[in-house]
Amino acid sequence: MKKIHSLAEFSRFQKTWSARKNGDPTVVVSSGTCGHARGSEDVIIAFEKVLSRRGKRPQFDFKVTGCHGFCEVEPIVRIEPRGIFYQRVTPADVEEIISETIGEGKIVDRLLFRDPVTGEKCLHGKDIPFYRKQKLLISGNNMRINPAHIEDYLALGGYTALAKVLKGVKPERLIDEVKKAGLRGRGGGGFFAWKKWESCRNAHGKIKYVICNADEGDPGAYMDRSLLEGNPHSILEGMIIGAYAIGVSEGYIYVRREYPLAIQNVETAIEQARRLGLLGKDILGTGFSFDVKIAIGGGAFVCGESTALMSSIEGKRGEPRAKYVHTVEKGLWNRPSNLNNVETWANVPLIINKGAKWYSRIGTAGSKGTKIFSLVGKIQNTGLVEVPMGITLREIIFDIGGGIPDGKKFKAVQTGGPSGGCLPESLLDLPVDFDRLSEVGSMMGSGGMIVMDETTCMVDIAKYFLNFLLDESCGMCFPCREGLDQLLTIVTAITVGKGKPEDLQLLQEIGGMMKDASLCALGRTAPNPLLSTMRYFQDEYEAHILKKKCPAGVCKALICYEIWKDKCAGCAACAKLCPEKAISGAKNRPHEIDLAKCIKCGICKDTCKYGAIQVI
Amino acid sequence: MLNITINGAEVKAQEGATILEVAREYGFFIPTLCYLDGHDSYGACRLCIVEVGEGNRRRVVTSCNYPIEEGLSVHTDTKKIIGHRKLLIELILSRAPNSKTLQDLASRYGVEKVRFKNKNDDCILCGLCVRMCNEQMQSKAIGFVGRGKNLKVSTPFAKANEVCRNCGACMYICPMVEVQCRGPQTTGDLCNGCLRVTPTCVDVYDRQMCYVEDCGTCVRPGSQPAGGKSRKQKKS
Repeated sequence: MKKIHSLAEFSRFQKTWSARKNGDPTVVVSSGTCGHARGSEDVIIAFEKVLSRRGKRPQFDFKVTGCHGFCEVEPIVRIEPRGIFYQRVTPADVEEIISETIGEGKIVDRLLFRDPVTGEKCLHGKDIPFYRKQKLLISGNNMRINPAHIEDYLALGGYTALAKVLKGVKPERLIDEVKKAGLRGRGGGGFFAWKKWESCRNAHGKIKYVICNADEGDPGAYMDRSLLEGNPHSILEGMIIGAYAIGVSEGYIYVRREYPLAIQNVETAIEQARRLGLLGKDILGTGFSFDVKIAIGGGAFVCGESTALMSSIEGKRGEPRAKYVHTVEKGLWNRPSNLNNVETWANVPLIINKGAKWYSRIGTAGSKGTKIFSLVGKIQNTGLVEVPMGITLREIIFDIGGGIPDGKKFKAVQTGGPSGGCLPESLLDLPVDFDRLSEVGSMMGSGGMIVMDETTCMVDIAKYFLNFLLDESCGMCFPCREGLDQLLTIVTAITVGKGKPEDLQLLQEIGGMMKDASLCALGRTAPNPLLSTMRYFQDEYEAHILKKKCPAGVCKALICYEIWKDKCAGCAACAKLCPEKAISGAKNRPHEIDLAKCIKCGICKDTCKYGAIQVI
Repeated sequence: MLNITINGAEVKAQEGATILEVAREYGFFIPTLCYLDGHDSYGACRLCIVEVGEGNRRRVVTSCNYPIEEGLSVHTDTKKIIGHRKLLIELILSRAPNSKTLQDLASRYGVEKVRFKNKNDDCILCGLCVRMCNEQMQSKAIGFVGRGKNLKVSTPFAKANEVCRNCGACMYICPMVEVQCRGPQTTGDLCNGCLRVTPTCVDVYDRQMCYVEDCGTCVRPGSQPAGGKSRKQKKS
């Protein structure tokens, strides 16, 4: 591919790709990190083997893409243009797919997705309830693009937004367009993107930076990874447009080393864009120059905080600093720096292409556009979902997510990662947008959504998040380090039955102090998981402290196992598996657990077919 | 010069100064543990928190690194701030219970009991030694290692290194390198002994005569910080 020297040349070049049509069916295999974990690489090898075979075989094109969102049923194979959706494909199925579906046009029935609620079979991806309510504006192209091929992105209209902007749109008008679109930062805070851009543009300084924050570290959240892996060019295009609007010639993508595939794909994308003249000096012959470097982080959660991230790029310890002078004025190397999240950057080309008017029609009054959530936990359909702002939690969890597996009851949903809160069933009809979530003591965060069922103990969840945060806190400021340590000590005491009634007051007190006095957003939001569970599930805390009972049966010190005599058939399955030989009884007679020997591992309960073992 | 108000008093200050510098210049007491004049402000101990702004826009900031701006109104000793400081002192005390610096601070704020378990760790991670070594001594021999609960000050790879000139500046500046308090050693108890002395002037003149900050013998048991109280009384 040769370097492009003018906008007219680019327009011709882009059209050659978008006009290209292929008559042959295309086999699309999703292979993000989630796909890799479920064996998509073996499926790809199996397809490639067939392709390399000489002799008569059905003609087809083959494409490897990033994650398609529905991670529960990976590896996914789609047959385009018919849109046939095969799930949980193994290498053994490959021959059959090629000979049956591609060769003869027949459907391989057993590979189709079955709706767990209705039991219906879904032939096409769009028929699946998981996809039906989604609005795939940002993540949709993941299914059509091979991230290693810039041509795929160009064919879908890639970089046309950039060409449109470089044709002579004034930077001020561009910022105005983003303002009219109402784009808010997708990283957590929900700060208006245009405000940052404008302040950074107006800040004094010759050298400025734009940075893409890809240091995604929330437990159970991976939407940024999926975008970086599946469609890196959309992020690059967004950054180039942002750089043009702000007047910047250098940029960084800060991504953690735990995302090797994302790093690889972004590196390839940068290399290809440079070769085509879309990055580097004199972009498309317009005189505007901008280049991007990748900064690889060590995987510290705190480095997702803007100042800590910049200090990490500078090569220092990832420690935040006070933001009384904003990073748009003094950021990276004390120069004006504009930091936005992966998803925010990916929204930019879309706004330019389709217009602010179109974009601002999606969503609610305060929050525009779509948001990608990673729906995980006790849920039927695990995966990434992209929904318009303002959709209710109930729609996400029950209509898209398919509800709770094994007929259990919904208990809570944790939004916003470790900085967010746990919301109870009574708030399920809450429309999801930045402001409404903060009103009820949680937050949008970067989009993690962990669903919990009745077997989850909320005190235990609070303990988990406190533990995570104490590990990931930089340890610099006293409220966060000492406060979290004491919160964890107290909550741990509660989970082992040593809680005191006055502890609740003390937890509130420390949490309140941390919210006010901590240095960075990590410390200020760290008590959220604890305070929100205390607010909505106070009865559980009281049960732990006053009755010394764990209602969900999770906290080992507060439960014991018992065999219900009328249900026990005396099969002795549990007795065989018990590691402490604590279960005894005659054959075909009800058994008994010796509580002195029992270590509460729960193996007996999981084994029992009759439901005779109960937690009390 | 910029005009700001501190606890209602109108004062003038140089542009570029921090709230802490101005407040100290005018004699308002703000406690600090990690602040060192002439060095980068670190903002870690958070004891220097104050409230700025009025009404709904009032918020908590650290005075050591907040640059003043025209018309800023600062409140150094509100109920919220004193409450937060007390809890912070309690938390730090649980880490280094026998430090005289911390015990005196506790007495000053009327913290009489620590509700947390003693950790008996002498280092409070204020970072004074690190900044002393890096900025003043230009040696960069020590730094922070690890994060979160495992954060500590150490030399690279915990080995003796050549850049350290054994100048001792780190020890000189350390608030914990001092004769330790010998009060009750049990968890939770604070003796406040050093500050539970009736000022001699009260017996002689029937009233307290001076408000010397660091001597401490003039402060009655359980009283508010010396400076803060006298001003508050005047205001009302």
